[in-house]
Amino acid sequence: MSFNRKDLLGLEHLDKKEIQTIIDAAKPFKNMFTRSIKKAPALIGKTVVTLFCEPSTRTRTSFEIAAKRLSADVVSIAPKTSSFVKGESLVDTAKTLEAMKADIIIIRHTCAGAPELLAKNLNASIVNAGDGFHEHPTQGLLDLYTMYDKKKKIEGLKVLLVGDILHSRVARSNIWALTKFGAKVRVVGPPTLIPKRISELGVEVYYDLDEAIKDVDVVNILRIQMERQQGGFFPSIHEYNELYQVTEKRLAKAKPDVLIMHPGPMNRGIEIDSEVADSPASVINEQVTNGIAVRMAVLHLLALARNKQGRKHTC
Amino acid sequence: MLIQIKNIRIVDPTCKIDKVGDIFIENGKIVDKLSDKPEKIIDGKNKVAVPGLIDVHSHLREPGQEEKETIKTGTMAAAKGGITTVFCMPNTKPVTDNAPSVEYILMKAQKEGKVNVFPIGCITKGSQGEELAEIGILKKAGIVAVSDDGVPVANSQVMRRALDYTKMFDLAVISHCEDKQLSKNGVMNAGKNSMIFGLRGIPNQSEEIMVSRDIMLCELTGGKLHIAHVSTAGSVELVRQAKKKGLNVTCETCPHYFSLTDDYVQNYDTNFKMNPPLRTHKDVEAIKEGLKDGTIDCIATDHAPHTQEEKSKEFDNAPFGIIGFETALCLVLSELVDKKVLTFEQAIAKMTTNPAKIFSLDGRGTLKPGSIADITIIDLDQKYEFKKEDILSKSKNSPFIGRKFKGCAVMTIVGGKIVWTLKDGIIN
Repeated sequence: MSFNRKDLLGLEHLDKKEIQTIIDAAKPFKNMFTRSIKKAPALIGKTVVTLFCEPSTRTRTSFEIAAKRLSADVVSIAPKTSSFVKGESLVDTAKTLEAMKADIIIIRHTCAGAPELLAKNLNASIVNAGDGFHEHPTQGLLDLYTMYDKKKKIEGLKVLLVGDILHSRVARSNIWALTKFGAKVRVVGPPTLIPKRISELGVEVYYDLDEAIKDVDVVNILRIQMERQQGGFFPSIHEYNELYQVTEKRLAKAKPDVLIMHPGPMNRGIEIDSEVADSPASVINEQVTNGIAVRMAVLHLLALARNKQGRKHTC
Repeated sequence: MLIQIKNIRIVDPTCKIDKVGDIFIENGKIVDKLSDKPEKIIDGKNKVAVPGLIDVHSHLREPGQEEKETIKTGTMAAAKGGITTVFCMPNTKPVTDNAPSVEYILMKAQKEGKVNVFPIGCITKGSQGEELAEIGILKKAGIVAVSDDGVPVANSQVMRRALDYTKMFDLAVISHCEDKQLSKNGVMNAGKNSMIFGLRGIPNQSEEIMVSRDIMLCELTGGKLHIAHVSTAGSVELVRQAKKKGLNVTCETCPHYFSLTDDYVQNYDTNFKMNPPLRTHKDVEAIKEGLKDGTIDCIATDHAPHTQEEKSKEFDNAPFGIIGFETALCLVLSELVDKKVLTFEQAIAKMTTNPAKIFSLDGRGTLKPGSIADITIIDLDQKYEFKKEDILSKSKNSPFIGRKFKGCAVMTIVGGKIVWTLKDGIIN
């Protein structure tokens, strides 16, 4: 098995083999979900902390369930209840958690690089649950897993990412994972929301959704944030809907067996038409289920790598 | 004290001198010969004497932010870097927009400073960019230039008035060129790297738009414009064209802009966060070209100390800026002289003769007899590793910690007094 890292900070620096290892490890966990007892003892006696310095329900719950199904002791810290409000620095807060013998710290933060900052300063394993616009590796992994599950092969798949690419960590993690596996990635959105040099990552840039959606196998729709309008990135939600809402009509131009994905939370009637969200092509709820399996795999592999490291030190 | 520096290679860009000889110091001045026997003889064998280095851009943080730096610690660091004169920016707390503030800095420097400290005054009251500060009164109190460094004057009319008004005092207006709307929330160079790292970018154009504007206002007024910390290829070209036109424009760059690129931001190390940000290889090459062809007149440090606590924050939340006094000369020697971008004499001119001329510092920036005995003695073969524990600045925010250099200052003389030697450190 080729996964020997202390932390999971992003997908950019993982090689294909490491990503494959995670995907393969997720499968048996997913199978476990249909059993009456959805629990494995892999992380028994380990302490996992979720440190979410940005609002999130979905990802935090997903990580907590993943850790609990692996029998870890799980503690959750949210900014409102933590010492951040008392002015303690991020590193100090995390060091306190480490002093309490946390084995794995799962962090979400509005600042890109915050997980790296912890990884540099702590011995605990750090999992990036989303940092600024940088990466959201477990989302990238669960999206890859879902495509893999449905399409059996990633190579050659045409995958379209729709919307706010500029501010999207999901987009970046998707691009790193998909391009490593040979998918053909397209991005579409208004030029103001597409980084100028994104094509250098090996993706095709479109501004016209009707053009971009032609013959794609997967449409992954990114959440559009209302405050981008105030930022001057587009004139109105109304115009955004007009140009970039994924509708049944537009989907007719994609492959007949197209998959509809969305990392959530969805703005129905804005970036995604309600009918599309509920259509048979939509795998949005399956993504959520797969998310738990993938996160279990990540936690399990990190714990295994820690044990190996630990043994090395004692020898 | 009567001092004789014997058998030293003397390099003085003002009179194009590069020869081995003796330097005599009496009553704080350089003289042709001593009136009596020397009280101290310094062996200058295999060393080079140059005019004391002048750093026209630094932040000494006093008054108001003494946790970052004080005039005492800042000037100790400068002395160690071979710098004999520092200009300090007015963004202290309170800002230096009034005579008592200038007097306070000068008084502190007199009492505790190791090198010459020349304050820069604000362009506008409170650095608010609205009304001109009392520049005439500030000049009388002892400022050598005006600047609203860090908070550029956004209003073109105000900047026009500043360039116009300062003409009667022969004061340069130092402009930190940045369109704050365009750079808003940015923390690093806008480019491929910012896209990958997920950090908000500051485009080159946010600097260049203001460089263009200020050059145009310089043309309109005939004022004296000095552009601070030039970091982009476009800015270099704009200044080059302005000089061709014969406008009264000069500029500086900093060592990090010719020795680092934004690739270094990849580990989110906040010691690579400064404003303007580190740019690309192409910009670095253009900066070197600008230094070579004379477009860039000065090399300044933009020494900007910040505490460990502030710099150990998230990249977005950490302040901009790095310390620079103790590495500037080493970087000039290793990145410019050794790599044949500039000759030794050209490089030294950008830290001595040129700043002295631009800011009208009489009797400095030269080794001519009669001038003030500010002298930097350099050993070009001296090996020097920049270690964190050796830093004299109160703050340790340097991206160059751990770098090994060949060539550094070994003795710093200010007004005829030896203030620092490599062997003995700061001399009290």
